[in-house]
Amino acid sequence: MLQIVFDALSLGSLYALGALGIALIFGVMRLVNFAHGDVIAFSIFALLWPSTDAMAIVFAGNLPWFLLIPFVLAVGAGLSVLCEIVVFRRFRNTNPATMMIASFALGFVIRYFLLMLYSSRPKSISLLPILSQPVEILGARLPLLQLITIIVTIAILFGLVIFLRRTRFGLEMRAAAENFSMARMLGVRANRVIMGAFALSGALAGAISLIFGIQTGTADIQMGAAVMLMAFISTVIGGLGSLAGAVLAGFLLGAASVVMQVILPVDARPFRDAFVYGAVILVLLFRPQGLIAARGTKERV
Amino acid sequence: MTLLNLVDVSVRYGRLTAVRGVSINLKEGEVLFITGPNGAGKSSLLRAIAGVTPVAGGHVEFDGAQITGRTPEDIARLGFSMVPEGREVFGSLTIEENLMVGAGMHSRTPGWKGQTAADLASVYDTFPILKERRNQQAGLLSGGQQQMLVIGRALMARPRLIAIDEPSLGLAPNITDQVYERLIALQAERSLTLLIVEQSSTRAVMVGGRMILMRSGQVVLDGDARELGNSEAMQAAYFGYEDH
Repeated sequence: MLQIVFDALSLGSLYALGALGIALIFGVMRLVNFAHGDVIAFSIFALLWPSTDAMAIVFAGNLPWFLLIPFVLAVGAGLSVLCEIVVFRRFRNTNPATMMIASFALGFVIRYFLLMLYSSRPKSISLLPILSQPVEILGARLPLLQLITIIVTIAILFGLVIFLRRTRFGLEMRAAAENFSMARMLGVRANRVIMGAFALSGALAGAISLIFGIQTGTADIQMGAAVMLMAFISTVIGGLGSLAGAVLAGFLLGAASVVMQVILPVDARPFRDAFVYGAVILVLLFRPQGLIAARGTKERV
Repeated sequence: MTLLNLVDVSVRYGRLTAVRGVSINLKEGEVLFITGPNGAGKSSLLRAIAGVTPVAGGHVEFDGAQITGRTPEDIARLGFSMVPEGREVFGSLTIEENLMVGAGMHSRTPGWKGQTAADLASVYDTFPILKERRNQQAGLLSGGQQQMLVIGRALMARPRLIAIDEPSLGLAPNITDQVYERLIALQAERSLTLLIVEQSSTRAVMVGGRMILMRSGQVVLDGDARELGNSEAMQAAYFGYEDH
């Protein structure tokens, strides 16, 4: 039983972190950033030397944890900000559909860039192997990583809330997310806020890639896509633009996946995702605006 | 001294011209009402000055500097504070947070904290209701209170000029009276320059000051509000049935 709770929480953590990364950017520029998943993949590959071998040649991955973690977060944040400066900035005044398609294209560029350097074969890597050891809590044996994932996610969420509530930059981001045009008329610098959102979102992508990489022990150029889809669904269920909604829905989705895996009859388990998505459709039928409807769906000028 | 100078300003939305060649010179400390019927281009003009809508022709000078084509945040930072139509409070932020967003542009100047605290106290002095409800979400305020909040928020930026688009929109007349009363008191106290857009000239006549009448994107009349107010020229110009 406890095992299920921890499974649900740790899977939910991943989805919640992913959903936050998407919701942050959607909040300030009404962009659904489909390149987010590829930023996740890129962050993990940045730890390896380019090669097409199955066995990864680890490069920055050998750093001690207190350097490794900031490195990955910085790679995610850096790439994300680069995406904004090189691509999204030029689409800022176009409609959301155009921006979304641009993000798809950008995602493919990043993915094929990785494909070119590393080939499509998943690579086995072993990062911070100590985290794969099991620990015993209240009679349940779980990998240390699972516990850390949950704790880290809660810490990140907590930190983000404090950042948004207590700092000037956080205040500006919240104001901009609600009414960008008005915020600018009050002197809030558009570029700064948007770059901040991209940096945060990219750092979250870095965090996901680390957790994912340690958990699965592989680096796969497709790895971002799986999280990305669930994260995107979470932001929609949560109410696009609502950060709290995205987190809540991320955890719910994680829980739904794990619980269905357990309660579905054995024959139906391979179709678990169909059941999960079915539940998603049901939620959207009853609450099309999302669980927590975001304010400021006003048009951006 | 001229604070705001519009030279032959035009605003276009696609093929539609909303403002055609408007030139207005506004002196520091002046109160100017821009009135005119729906679709006269008043709001478009205001948005163009604020940098929200692009200026299609002509240029805008603020405090001697060219501001044509600059970003809204740059223009705001020069001391042009815009209160757009429909109030636009940040509904999910608290009242105090709304006010703090307004003060943000000075956060790099030394002594910012003390100055902001003093500004906040002075806004609360002017609008005691805001102080009472300062930790509530701004979206819960009534229309009149929201209007007071956005004026307070504009003041937090310590602007040279406040431009307000239809402050009376959707407010009961007695609430509008209150809003204007405070606004004019503030103007006198701080020698603020005010640029107020209203559909009808009634307020302008009551408050006094300079009045410009716009129709079809152009300035039709420009003069003292009380003198112009009920003149036949005004009536004719407003409704557009002059004899040719």
